[in-house]
Amino acid sequence: MILGLVEHDAGVVWEPSLQMLTLGRRVAERLGEPLAALVAGPDAGPVVDGLAAYGVEAVHHAVDDRLDRYAPEAWAACLLDLMGRTAPSAVLAAGTDRGNEVMAHVGARAGLPMAANCTEVEPGEPGTPPYLISRLRWGGSLLEDARLHGEVKLLTVAPHAIRAEEGPAGGGWAVEEFSPKLQDADFRVQVTRQEGRPAGKISLPDARVVVGGGRGVGGPEGFGPLEELAELLGGVVGCSRVVTSLGWRPHTDQVGQTGVRIAPDVYIACGISGAIQHMVGAKGAKRILVVNTDPQAPILAHADYAIIGDVQQVVPALVSAIREAKGR
Amino acid sequence: MDVLVCVKRVPVTGGRISLTDDEQEIDTRYLGFTVSPHEECAVEESVRLVESHGGSSTVLTLGPAVAEDQLRDAMAMGVNRGVLIEDEGPEWDGGATAGAIARAIAEHREAGVSYDLLLFGNESADAGGYQVGIRVAHLLDVPCVTGVKHLEIQNGRALARREGPGGFEIYEVPLPAVITVKEGINLPRYPSIPGRLRAKKATVERVHPDAPQPGLEKVRLRLPQGRDKQVEILGDGATGIGRAVEVLGHIGVMPS
Repeated sequence: MILGLVEHDAGVVWEPSLQMLTLGRRVAERLGEPLAALVAGPDAGPVVDGLAAYGVEAVHHAVDDRLDRYAPEAWAACLLDLMGRTAPSAVLAAGTDRGNEVMAHVGARAGLPMAANCTEVEPGEPGTPPYLISRLRWGGSLLEDARLHGEVKLLTVAPHAIRAEEGPAGGGWAVEEFSPKLQDADFRVQVTRQEGRPAGKISLPDARVVVGGGRGVGGPEGFGPLEELAELLGGVVGCSRVVTSLGWRPHTDQVGQTGVRIAPDVYIACGISGAIQHMVGAKGAKRILVVNTDPQAPILAHADYAIIGDVQQVVPALVSAIREAKGR
Repeated sequence: MDVLVCVKRVPVTGGRISLTDDEQEIDTRYLGFTVSPHEECAVEESVRLVESHGGSSTVLTLGPAVAEDQLRDAMAMGVNRGVLIEDEGPEWDGGATAGAIARAIAEHREAGVSYDLLLFGNESADAGGYQVGIRVAHLLDVPCVTGVKHLEIQNGRALARREGPGGFEIYEVPLPAVITVKEGINLPRYPSIPGRLRAKKATVERVHPDAPQPGLEKVRLRLPQGRDKQVEILGDGATGIGRAVEVLGHIGVMPS
């Protein structure tokens, strides 16, 4: 059996979990084993039926009053309880904040290795030889091929590395509600309360247009014209890591490996050289328009369009030209 | 309050990564080294906590002898002591790394030094294993909050805030605890000149562990296939503006 931890919010399964199930199903088919899923928490009920379309044959729904708020070790304990009873050959989760966290707890408690953010999984023959996996390093700028050892293979699936696809079930369909063996200590780390994000402003990950600024913008004041351009196009401003390190912009504006991942229709990158850590954050952009003085800058290799020139002259000129075009 | 902060030496990569011929490592012949960004913030956080609560901070790394540079960088920022778990061999996996760190902490405890707070980066910049802090917490049987972007210590408890679905999650755990942080929790300071001089003279404790069998065993590194893109140069400076407006119109983002 291949077991997948399914994350959901307000009755909807997270897309990375569906991608994980898609990869899990391929592994299960390869081994001739069934695919099962674990869902946890009182609000998990509505997501159960939808999992059949992804080839899941058995859904285990962990029920315990204390699971109403996320608690990483309690989720890990649910998986370990289920692993003890069903002896899966592999346990998968999405490579999300929670998925990576829960699987690391499982690995720590069970004394098993864990491979985070896998993109490919080749299970080999049934039994317990190592899996051959490929996983992301450097936020996706580099891939590692590795052998994953362990009695049970623990891994997370890199979000958006593969497309979620529905697929045929192996035949069975069973839903089991169970009370996992949970200790008080499993809840020593639990969300005590939640805070919403400030409403109103378009968020960077959701923006259709992102205007990014790097060192070439020249200073915090230099972002004025970028703000203007973003507002005109209904977008928001982002920046590179050097800009936040210099204190020109808040860290919440940073696009990249240690910042935000964006997926706009167009990313207008101004005065950004294109370090790999920045580009992994912009990988989701459909088009990239670069403004840079250096025609040899690494970012040109990722760009669709480029204007070779100084940000401080080009951006204001672009703002004027867009205003003019709008007025016509 | 006594804080231990764990860091990893990683190369400063630029716009392109190239690999060594055996595909085992990044070719670092022309690269400098630093610590992972999240860990740089963990170092800063440890210094700030000691500044406001008293006590001392210790920085620890597992790596080759030259990783001493990264320990001294942290000490130049204000960390009091450095510990190097020295190994010149290939990179250790998360389980082995955590084991060595937990053993070093246990040895310190036997020597009368214990830590109230253990800070890690959420994940290393290079390997991105997402597990060393959590595994250390289990080995020491202390709570662990990951991905923290705001931390307060009050009355022997850690109040930690991190991003969660739709906003922020608040956690509260008793010390001692492991906290893994993310960049953005603070803006790391530049080392002062006296700080650098002090760090240069400080002694670094060295531990020499045996390399264990890896559970996640690297076979080779490879570069992802890039999008085969041909950039269209719209023009030099002002000459490109007209064409840029057309392009934005074509993409469908021009204001109406």
